[in-house]
Amino acid sequence: MNEPRQPLPYWLGTPAAVAMLAFVVLPLVLTLSLSFYPFTGSHIGTQLTGANYASIAGDGYYRAIFLRTFELALVVTALTIAIGVPEAYVLSRLSPRWRAVSMLIVLGPLLISVVVRTLGWAILLGNEGVINRALLATGLVQEPVKMMFTFTGVVVALVHVLVPFMVLAVWASLQKLDPATEQAAETLGAGPWTVLRRIVVPQVIPGVLSGGLIVFALVASAFATPAIIGGRRLKVVPTTIYDEFLGNLNWPLGAALAVVLVVIVLSVSLSVNRGVERRFKQVFE
Amino acid sequence: MSRMPRLLLVLHWLFAAFMLAPLVMVVLVSFTAKGYIALPFDGASLRWYRAILEATDFIDAFKRSLGLAATAATLATAMAVPAGMAIAWYRFKGRDALVALLLSPLMVPNVVLGIALLRFLTQIGGSSTLWGLTAAHTVVVMPYVLRLVVAAATGFDRTVAQAAQTLGASGWTVFRRIELPLILPGVAGGWLIAFINSFDELTMSIFVASAATETLPVKMYNYIANTIDPLLASISTVLIVLTVLLMVALDRFYGLDRILSGKT
Repeated sequence: MNEPRQPLPYWLGTPAAVAMLAFVVLPLVLTLSLSFYPFTGSHIGTQLTGANYASIAGDGYYRAIFLRTFELALVVTALTIAIGVPEAYVLSRLSPRWRAVSMLIVLGPLLISVVVRTLGWAILLGNEGVINRALLATGLVQEPVKMMFTFTGVVVALVHVLVPFMVLAVWASLQKLDPATEQAAETLGAGPWTVLRRIVVPQVIPGVLSGGLIVFALVASAFATPAIIGGRRLKVVPTTIYDEFLGNLNWPLGAALAVVLVVIVLSVSLSVNRGVERRFKQVFE
Repeated sequence: MSRMPRLLLVLHWLFAAFMLAPLVMVVLVSFTAKGYIALPFDGASLRWYRAILEATDFIDAFKRSLGLAATAATLATAMAVPAGMAIAWYRFKGRDALVALLLSPLMVPNVVLGIALLRFLTQIGGSSTLWGLTAAHTVVVMPYVLRLVVAAATGFDRTVAQAAQTLGASGWTVFRRIELPLILPGVAGGWLIAFINSFDELTMSIFVASAATETLPVKMYNYIANTIDPLLASISTVLIVLTVLLMVALDRFYGLDRILSGKT
């Protein structure tokens, strides 16, 4: 490694750092300060106030939106773990050819616009949609099952959008697994389920948790899917921020909602991270 | 390797069907001859593909998104390459802070970045301008390039560069003739993933873009918010086909899992 106190690395890092300070850090600081200004119905006042936060905390309307958002985040995270962990394990055991195909199917959608993927779910879930037509045709139901504009519909679409992140995280931790440990267990007489339960699962838990954190944060900040599948009546924090900013033009309140969202997401991530580091110190070497 | 439980294999193919279902639906619906979305339909046609050619506002948005993504990815790469080399090859005071700063857009929800940039750009007179949108996209995609550049530079044998230096090459020559060619796969992969992320970005752009600077995803979102018709399905199908071609190329050169998790 090179000696410290060289000017070169600072020069190399400067353009990127300046861009981040100017277009990420400064705007975020300004948003934090914006959230402490009053809104008078037409313009932003000048007297500092905590009124925006008071109305978020005091108003049952906003509390319900925050609760719904985090309920959604928990449900979607739990489902992506339930689906993504076995899937990543299967991927690691497939023959190289089938694995390549499966990888394209599982990870490919990540590269396709969320709007396109959500449009697909709108086509599937509508009252006149594919699922309902099939159900009606087979006579399983007498009238269409309402799935658009429901919590369940948003959950299904978000699981589809975000489960690749979970598969990716667990897949990465499975890659680090030493196959010799599994073989040793097998040699000692363990069956496939025992190997899975006692050898594989404990080693991939850090991957599951980091995938879970990514998914949780992404659900809490998801916009397009809840907006299209959930609609007006199933508002979440990001769609509410959108409405405050572009509908009601109440920027200070929108900024305060954003600050609360960031604080909650960051504190969840930090506390889980800290817990993970304590519990799984040995896995991280 | 032990055998895989049969149940897991069944679940695997069910999962694959779940992942493909909405995309397949979009593609199927795009071939309808009807004026509305319905499946199954009778009478396939290319009616909605011809309709794309007349939807000049969508074509304009598509071109704008391509230009924006190319510019933002290039600017982000130009800044991330030197920064990534500094982070991978030097231990200096403030290095960890630099890493945290440059990855910070990944920590902040895009909706929050969107309102923050809308407010900021309004104050400095850059709202609803193309340069404001470009700046916003550049910072948002930079972390993706940075991760791949750092990964590529970390696995790089520095003795080659030192040998060149010993033989009298200037710092610039070493960079141009030795370092850049060796980390080029990471740089190119980073540029592509930045391009894709910028092209697909919706949540931040919806705040920063105006009617005059609408990107394709923003245009599509605003359209869906009013009505869902087969035109959107045919446009989406074109996007799916383009993405699949790009994806197969990416997978061949890098492996999708590696490029998406930020390792080369």
